[in-house]
Amino acid sequence: MPNISELHVNGKTVPVNAEGECSLLDVLRDDLGLTGTKYGCGEAQCGACTVLIDGVPTRSCVTSVGGIGKRKITTIEGIEQNGRLHPLQEAFLKFDSFQCGYCTSGMIMSGVALLRKSKNPSEDEIIRSMNGNICRCGVYGRIISAIKEGAQKLRNGDA
Amino acid sequence: MKNNQAKSEPLFEAERYELAAAPFYHFDLDRREFFKTLGCGIVVLLFIEAAVAQESGGRERRRGRPQRPAEISAWLHIGENGTVTVFNGKAEMGQNIRTSLSQAVAEELHAPIDSIKLVMADTDLTPWDAGTFGSRSTPDMGLQLRRVSAAAREALLDLAAEHFKTDRASLTVADGKISKSGGGEAIGFGELTRSRELVKSVAEETKTAPATDWKIAGTSVPKVDGRDFVTGRHQYASDIRRPGMLRGKVLRPSAFDAKLKSLDTKLAEAISGVTIVHDGNFVGVTAPNTLIASRAINAIQAEWTSSSSQPSSNGLFDYLRKNSRGSGNENFSQNEDSSGQNSAEHRLKQTYTIAYIAHAPLEPRAAVAEWNDGKLTVWTGTQRPFGVRGELARAFGISEEKIRVIVPDTGSAYGGKHTGETAIEAARLAKGAGKPVKLVWTREEEFTWAYFRPAGVIDISSAVRADGTISAWEFHNYNSGGSGIRSPYDIPSQKTEFHQTDSPLRQGSYRALAATANHFAREVHMDELAAILKMDPLEFRLKNLKNDRLLAVLKAAADAFGWAKMKSSEDRGFGIACGTEKGSCIATCAEVLVDRKTGGVRVSRAVVAFECGAIVNPNELKSQVEGGAVMGIGGALFEAIQFENGRITNPHFASYRVPRFRDAPEIQVVLVNRKDLPSAGAGETPVMTIAPAIGNAIFAATGVRLRSMPMAPEGLKL
Repeated sequence: MPNISELHVNGKTVPVNAEGECSLLDVLRDDLGLTGTKYGCGEAQCGACTVLIDGVPTRSCVTSVGGIGKRKITTIEGIEQNGRLHPLQEAFLKFDSFQCGYCTSGMIMSGVALLRKSKNPSEDEIIRSMNGNICRCGVYGRIISAIKEGAQKLRNGDA
Repeated sequence: MKNNQAKSEPLFEAERYELAAAPFYHFDLDRREFFKTLGCGIVVLLFIEAAVAQESGGRERRRGRPQRPAEISAWLHIGENGTVTVFNGKAEMGQNIRTSLSQAVAEELHAPIDSIKLVMADTDLTPWDAGTFGSRSTPDMGLQLRRVSAAAREALLDLAAEHFKTDRASLTVADGKISKSGGGEAIGFGELTRSRELVKSVAEETKTAPATDWKIAGTSVPKVDGRDFVTGRHQYASDIRRPGMLRGKVLRPSAFDAKLKSLDTKLAEAISGVTIVHDGNFVGVTAPNTLIASRAINAIQAEWTSSSSQPSSNGLFDYLRKNSRGSGNENFSQNEDSSGQNSAEHRLKQTYTIAYIAHAPLEPRAAVAEWNDGKLTVWTGTQRPFGVRGELARAFGISEEKIRVIVPDTGSAYGGKHTGETAIEAARLAKGAGKPVKLVWTREEEFTWAYFRPAGVIDISSAVRADGTISAWEFHNYNSGGSGIRSPYDIPSQKTEFHQTDSPLRQGSYRALAATANHFAREVHMDELAAILKMDPLEFRLKNLKNDRLLAVLKAAADAFGWAKMKSSEDRGFGIACGTEKGSCIATCAEVLVDRKTGGVRVSRAVVAFECGAIVNPNELKSQVEGGAVMGIGGALFEAIQFENGRITNPHFASYRVPRFRDAPEIQVVLVNRKDLPSAGAGETPVMTIAPAIGNAIFAATGVRLRSMPMAPEGLKL
């Protein structure tokens, strides 16, 4: 795979010099300093590394940068707008939806993707679409509450 | 790390805190040191007896260092801008101690919570601490920080009295300010300490506020740094970046006991930017990035020798029993020879087994190591920063003074991050490469080279009278450990023994230690006895319990669950279990749904009643109880490490199943707040009783009695 020279991340085109074979996760974290996206397993089994590529939740640990091209990447660092938290981030704080916080970035990214697709997801729908994200601390119920709240805030136009 | 089990705690362990705060005037530190980096202000130090500091696990210290009469256990600085900086050696890893300790300080100091900053787990900045484990942070450090903060408040009152030229009694302290009573003039803490370099030590028993008077402690203060986590801004050890930093990778042996026979690194060395570090059995590489580091590791040709017949997970329980080394030190017996067995109408003898399981913290073990002029700095996620510093000192033959271990708030640990192997590996690679190195274990390494929760075999024989009173109880645990081994039930004749064995896998501490295994066996056995007697399992427990605190949570859980009304059917079962450990009491009721066609089993609902003395933060406590129940479901139903010939055969989330969204039940937590009792830790006990409650619910629905954890890794066979 040839080297890449730029990526579109969080609304900006940024210069990058990386082998195409490098994982997006490594390039985000090590080359661009966007360490909010986490390594959890490297095998697309835990969801800690989830980012959006053109709005689609994607496991960055198994995504080579060489194949991304001009598609738009959004990471946890791009969710907060002008110092204002995304309603889902607010809801994670309100419902205390994390303990150690290591899964949180991936949870929020998967949740944001769900809420873009579904304005009022049912509990079953939330569970189905979030099941690939592991929270070893086990606060799944609180994450579900946060996603429901985030959905409501977005419907009310609080974003 | 074999059988590194903490002693099981008596119920009122917390009462010994008075000892922990024994007064000491011993003080020979250079006071200028405290102000060098923090600026002027006031410093308050808390000394505790060295012997007490060691008790909760400072084993190595006992061996390695002469005892001193007293140790600083925590200290606090109030700066000129009113910022309160509190230094203590505990580590935050998701148990929320950063916030709950801040509450303790705010409560006693009468300062706003956002003026308080905790510096934790940094061997250069914080006082020595044995480690963050055993649910000791709240009962020990919480109380110590209360004392240090109360002493600081008193010192500030003295300063204010001097400032206002008035009597202390006419002053009130609130919100970081001291004012004259009746709404008079006020002065902030910062202003009071301006241009001063005052050092106070907590020189005598300092009175702290009783829980009934708490205003900030006892409330659901949100996480003090929550925003950093929802924005991805928090820097875990694995996120630390240093100038010129390289990535490291270690060549792993072919099996646990393998020795390096031959090594050829020529191809790896030829890769641009790669350095090979070879030191005995240790082989690693450094490279500019992880991709190149992986290529270099894959290019290394190594041959290993290992014995061909190591024990495997098949036949494990026979192995544990056969390799037992007699009795351990957790024995308890009374009236062994009494006629308990003879006078009873029913006897039951059963065996229970518990598989090895992995902590699987979502942040794998990680370290960044940097050498500067012979001084080593390591950022790593560990529960024992000072223990890891000692490990590094021994590994590199340098003094502890030349090593700094910094623990950023960590991506969970669950008892699994007590040791410093990643720190040592990163430091060895950094030494070889002459540059800072980051090493993050892969998930497979995490599942393979960490230590495990001990597997175990438990034999119980019991005797019970027709009226439902248990008359005799004999309990033998092989390998898993002594925590929670002693029955809370009132039984006249008892014999309880823990037998150590030669574990085929590296094993060690795990959230709640062996209390989970021991409660599983005991509480399932209780259910079996109730079934023999055709008694309601709750009624049977109530009949044999005298512990008021445990009775209270048992009744609370049953009430909230609606136990009396619940009748199990063939596809829906209800189970109950309870226990007490580490100063807290818990009871769990579980509802389980069984799919008779597929054998699928799902925990649909759980009610957990929990009591840990005076509650410090109700919402965060609830979260710990919920999370503990969810984590406990994994070990109960499907988590098990498989191994063969020195290799773990399921070292991935795809083959080692942990609880996911789909597995989490609806959980109702009932908190029993005992403001009259000292606060106990709450990070561990909540994992303990969900497994037997589930097992008992499965029996209630199906009549199938499951005595091995995990109980249904492939579903039920009906």
